[in-house]
Amino acid sequence: MNERFIELDRVEKVFDVRKKTGFLRRERREVRAVDAISFTVSRGEMVGYIGPNGAGKSTTIKMLTGILTPSGGRVRVAGIDPSRERTRLARRIGVVFGQRTTLWWDLPLVDSYRLMHRMYRIPDARYRENLDRCVELLELGDLLDVPVRQLSLGQRMRGDIAAALLHDPEVLYLDEPTIGLDVISKAKVRAFLKDLNTERGTTVLLTTHDLQDIEQLCRRVMVIDHGRLMYDGPLTGLHEVGEGERTLVVDLDRELPPIEAAPARVVRVEGPRQWLAFPASESAAPLVARIAAEYPLVDLSVREPDIEAVIAQMYAQQAERVGEAGQSVS
Amino acid sequence: MGTGRLYAAVATGGFRRYATYRVATAAGVFTNTVFGFILAYTYIALWQEKPHLGGYDQAQALTYVWVGQAMFAVMVLGSAGFEEDLIERIRTGDIAVDLYRPADLQLWWLAADLGRALFQLLGRGVAPMLCGALFFDLALPSGALPWLACLVAVALGVLVSFAIRYIVALWAFWLLDGAGAMQITWLTGVFFSGMLLPLNVFPGALGDLARLLPWSALLQAPADVLLGEADVWGTFAFQAGWAVVLLAAGRLLQSAATRKVVVQGG
Amino acid sequence: MADVDERPATTGTEDDPFGAYGPYRRLRDGLRAYRMIAAMWIRSTMAYRASFVMTAFGNFAATALDFVAILLMFSQVDELGGFTLPEIALLYGTSAMAFGLADLMIGSMDRLGRRVRDGTLDTLLVRPAPVLAQVAADKFALRRLGRVTQGALVLGYALATLDIDWTPLKVLTLPMMVVSGGVIFAAVFVGGAAFQFVAQDASEVQNAFTYGGATLLQYPPALFAKDLLRGVTFVLPLAFVNWLPGLYVLGRPYPLDVPHWLAFAPPLVAAACCLLAGAAWRAGLRSYRSTGS
Repeated sequence: MNERFIELDRVEKVFDVRKKTGFLRRERREVRAVDAISFTVSRGEMVGYIGPNGAGKSTTIKMLTGILTPSGGRVRVAGIDPSRERTRLARRIGVVFGQRTTLWWDLPLVDSYRLMHRMYRIPDARYRENLDRCVELLELGDLLDVPVRQLSLGQRMRGDIAAALLHDPEVLYLDEPTIGLDVISKAKVRAFLKDLNTERGTTVLLTTHDLQDIEQLCRRVMVIDHGRLMYDGPLTGLHEVGEGERTLVVDLDRELPPIEAAPARVVRVEGPRQWLAFPASESAAPLVARIAAEYPLVDLSVREPDIEAVIAQMYAQQAERVGEAGQSVS
Repeated sequence: MGTGRLYAAVATGGFRRYATYRVATAAGVFTNTVFGFILAYTYIALWQEKPHLGGYDQAQALTYVWVGQAMFAVMVLGSAGFEEDLIERIRTGDIAVDLYRPADLQLWWLAADLGRALFQLLGRGVAPMLCGALFFDLALPSGALPWLACLVAVALGVLVSFAIRYIVALWAFWLLDGAGAMQITWLTGVFFSGMLLPLNVFPGALGDLARLLPWSALLQAPADVLLGEADVWGTFAFQAGWAVVLLAAGRLLQSAATRKVVVQGG
Repeated sequence: MADVDERPATTGTEDDPFGAYGPYRRLRDGLRAYRMIAAMWIRSTMAYRASFVMTAFGNFAATALDFVAILLMFSQVDELGGFTLPEIALLYGTSAMAFGLADLMIGSMDRLGRRVRDGTLDTLLVRPAPVLAQVAADKFALRRLGRVTQGALVLGYALATLDIDWTPLKVLTLPMMVVSGGVIFAAVFVGGAAFQFVAQDASEVQNAFTYGGATLLQYPPALFAKDLLRGVTFVLPLAFVNWLPGLYVLGRPYPLDVPHWLAFAPPLVAAACCLLAGAAWRAGLRSYRSTGS
């Protein structure tokens, strides 16, 4: 049971971003979308993966599914290197891209499933069994013959989840599976995922902005920010995450190589502007003094971690919901 | 905001929207230039076979080729312009929102299309023309006046081009799928604008008919004005006449469409 | 039902999903995925039957206009560059058929840049089928038969009116050039799509070589400058689609000084183009997977 099913060892993804700075001038800079992330997920775990937009969540998922090749480090899913054996891995994983349906827009829902049946070479009996099960649990019975374009967002999401599961994947990646759904659809999706995980032992990794998703589904949460893993543990410890790092934004009077001022480290450089992350437990004052002494400083500001804002917002939404329901928070 | 400034802003937006796609513009210039070369060589063969065909000499025929490539994007003779967006908005029903805006629907889209046309004249018109002038002997006028007159003819041509496409887009209120209608307009446009062959080379009655139709205002008219082959004021009057008629027809269609939307409750 | 014709999925050695992924196996998998996806698109278009009929006719008419322009030219002259109308019709028909076949099979590959931009390419990368096959089958549209039909009609007219001294070799050359030409154009489509991994907005560049190339080949090579001919003979070998073999059938010399066995080289050239296009595609996909969108 404790088999290491997903393994990431100091995985990095560095992008070269070109940005227009003038009519023809372009500036090149490196963005570390994923910065030395390591974690393992055992078979049968259900893990929530959260972080602000642009934190590196989807880049991680893309490396886990073999879409993107890591710039460094080692990735293994079910013992397979995703980027080298993408097609082979594809038979063993299921992916649901939140906002992008993979269903056929103009055809009845069931036609998309038939395509999956053949493309994944699912044995007939297995296909029928899985389809029946998804139809029953996701309540798709009346929708099978409806063209996908006529489905509501919630119905389509349920349809997409079923499509990703017909070939019995060992792991399911979901990107914002409940975003934009009404309360009833959300509940259906969550109940289904829980059942999938407990009954069938499917490993599930989901990204979300909805704390309820995590509360109801995941015993383990990973938080990523600035491409770094900030927290990995039970939901109860999540509030400590904000204590992690703060960011110092420094404007120099010209473009310079990354500032060296341990324990702070440069996380981003854009022309003369640099972003430095430093432990939230430390005071910013000595750091600022050191930089001002050694570098041509023009302006600076301290930013609280984005991740804290995200988590705070998640809890705020939660409180609102509870408040609406007229219950006291104990 | 004054109405004039509103439409100016819309036009600027139309210009900017196309100006963002620099790579696409360069790719378009490249393609127009390649087609220009192919057409130029076939025209050379044609005019060698029959000098003064259609009243042009070879240099004029070659000039026509490159004016055609320059007008290709400006007059929307190839791909689609605003009408794709408009049809999409009609199909999804978003058009109801537009109809309640305190701006005139036709003027709004016209302003945006003029912005687009201006960008494509600069971005996609100038380069193929220069390239053509570099590699072939063209009959380009030396004075400024024919060029100015040509610009006026281009502007009037854009009006006609817009008016036609606006009418076609509004058909989407009554047709479920606008793709077929758009394709047929596109075909007619390519053929009767003279994009494939100058209209004065069309034989007999077909040629006479083609020169009377509105599409001749798009390419044949500006080209003939530049080449000094047309009565300038007569050409302007012809273009302006079609522009007025077609824009008015577009307005009629627009009010019918508005009634349809209002009756259906948006 | 769609899946009745499909042999039941087995877990035996032949269908072992973890079997060796050799090139032969990948080709078979690719063709299989292509067939399945193309069939889905055909059924999708049939959801709008009236629109299909209209656009199929439109496709036919649009491509026929090119020939109408040539007819209009010949209403004014008897020869163009020393070629008669039926001779040009032979070049036109073979060019239109070869290009039409490529356009029918993989004509939507010019949408690749859009797929990269909107991120939908990723949904194809997580499927157990070669991405090239999935992209090639994208938006498969039977309406594109319009161009092939139109080319076939013009070719039929050419063959009926031309007075050719037929030999078995010449008879064989005709289907050989249409098929090889189609493959050469298909390779151009793939190469153009590979370029879009790098320049996502540059889909129009490939139009210059696909549509532009097809237009070029409709006319006799003698019309064009020698440098242009060298370019399309030795660099981007479009001349092998129909010029070299077509002029052999017509018994006309090729304006460049090349050995005349080159008229029979199109299958080899097509194979070489496929190898190059395949390499370009792999390089493009690799660059996409290392840089993201």
